Amino acid sequence: MEGQADFTERETNGETVLHFTGRLTVARIGDLDDRLTDMAIRPAKADISEVERVDTVGAWILHKLKRDYGTKIVGASNNAERLIDQVASADEIVQVRPDEGSAFSRTLARIGAGTMEGFGSLRGLLAFFGGLCIAIGNVFANPRRFRFNAVVQRFETVGVSSLGIIGLMSFLIGIVIAQQGAVQLRQFGAEVFTINLVGRITMRELGVLMTAIMVAGRSGSAFAAQLGSMKLAEEVDAMRTIGVPPMESLVLPRVLATTLLMPLLGFYAALVMIMGGGLLCWVSLGIPPDTFIQRIREVVPMTDLYVGLIKAPVFGFIIGLTGCFQGMQVEGNNEEVGLKTTAAVVQAIFLVIVLDAFFAVFFSSIGWV
Amino acid sequence: MSDETVITVRGLRNAFGEQVVHESLDLDLYRGEILGVVGGSGTGKSVLMRSIIGLQQPEEGEIEILGQNVAEANESEYLDLRRRWGVLFQNGALFSTLTVAENVQVPLREFYKDLDEELLDEIASYKIVMSGLPVEAAPKFPSELSGGMRKRAGIARALALDPPLLFLDEPTAGLDPIGAAAFDQLILDLKESLDLTVFLITHDLDTLYAICDRVAVLADKKVIADGTIDELLATDHPWIQEYFDGPRARAALHAKERN
Repeated sequence: MEGQADFTERETNGETVLHFTGRLTVARIGDLDDRLTDMAIRPAKADISEVERVDTVGAWILHKLKRDYGTKIVGASNNAERLIDQVASADEIVQVRPDEGSAFSRTLARIGAGTMEGFGSLRGLLAFFGGLCIAIGNVFANPRRFRFNAVVQRFETVGVSSLGIIGLMSFLIGIVIAQQGAVQLRQFGAEVFTINLVGRITMRELGVLMTAIMVAGRSGSAFAAQLGSMKLAEEVDAMRTIGVPPMESLVLPRVLATTLLMPLLGFYAALVMIMGGGLLCWVSLGIPPDTFIQRIREVVPMTDLYVGLIKAPVFGFIIGLTGCFQGMQVEGNNEEVGLKTTAAVVQAIFLVIVLDAFFAVFFSSIGWV
Repeated sequence: MSDETVITVRGLRNAFGEQVVHESLDLDLYRGEILGVVGGSGTGKSVLMRSIIGLQQPEEGEIEILGQNVAEANESEYLDLRRRWGVLFQNGALFSTLTVAENVQVPLREFYKDLDEELLDEIASYKIVMSGLPVEAAPKFPSELSGGMRKRAGIARALALDPPLLFLDEPTAGLDPIGAAAFDQLILDLKESLDLTVFLITHDLDTLYAICDRVAVLADKKVIADGTIDELLATDHPWIQEYFDGPRARAALHAKERN
């Protein structure tokens, strides 16, 4: 490259003199630093009178020569001399990387931190639940503090505007269940039981479970992101200062909305799934809709509807609670909002599935099979 | 200061939809000076800076930086130009997932891939010390720093490539007076030692009095006046009079005279 920084060694009066040429700048420095560091001799002088330009990187390299080998810099322009002085005064021992232990201790530390975080998060969630209970108590004691408008507004975003996507998802899932079920049951000549399969699994499990996953992804994440950015912008602090408790004004309406709407959305999802299944039965098994509906009424017991409707508000509560909880945990920087939003969705879906397992065991043991 | 211009803006027009921010705006920045750009809120100081550094496409007008017309520059010329300026954004705009030292190394790594790790660390170290940061700050993440330290880290990153031209967007906003004065001094020191030309947007009258060689006033969609503060005071534009002859300006002038 034109103007590449370079040097040659020359013996003058029994002294080693380094003659530098080219530009001593970051763009043209190349491997000059390595070559100087690996040098076996200790040059007495460095002549930079032929150097075209020096920037701080070049000055730094010259400064290191001076510092490490005691080399005298000659032929420097005023500008170069000033730069060398500048970098020399900025020469301090700086730790560039954060402290890191050995791989073993780092792994241990990570496991430890993960465990602490897991328990801390659980504890925090419980404390948040407690705080919400107090807020609910306060609102009961003082009903005028209930924010009806805020709740209705949430109804729209959580419920009405998600009808489309939940409907589409449910319809497709209904078709898939019926189709897969029909293929398997055909092997036993029991295709007609596809109706039992569709009716019972949607009412009991899938209607509510799939809706919960959709609501967690749609609304739980939105809650975490909204509250998180409000927290970052100090809006939450401003509310507290004015005397508006965030628990009552932000958290309660959201949790209430998901709790009340989950049963409705879950029931709606189950119905649309049955419709999807019915369509497939009609098209591919030749079961006409009226027969299908008749069979559904015979094979789906009322308890299946109760199972779904009892689980739904609990799931809704969990989704709203974790979304708001994670949102309120945001602190420091914008990256946290993303992390906490992810955490809200993961935690909500995880808790919903764990609870679903408990519910399944519970309902079976009380004889609702 | 010389007559050689580093930035020349001619007939600049910027508009967002219906709202015109700049109309036939002219501006010169001379080599070796610190130019303070002032103007009321919403007069487009930041938009001016953004159009000069190419973040905002102007509707009309010519911008020439270091002898290169920005609009006519091809990709490689533009990239070449880009490494010859450093920018300090209002809140530092440090990359939050990188440590301070890594932030400083980002431009170096991007443009000079063959620099070895050891030298990169050394460069980051002296840049950080030069920017007046304590040595403990280097391995820290931006979220662990105070506002003033973040700005210093921002300057260290802006100066990573030894650019001859430095853009500063409200460098002292949000700093306490002592921190702001120290930051002014830092800018002045760096300008002297590194031979910088500085384009500085500010609201801080102390900064204007303490370090600016010239001040350009933005109002009515253009630069209505530029020159030293004394020259500006000689004009009779009401906004300039109010700005530089108000109680705060007089206090800043007193402060300067006392020093």
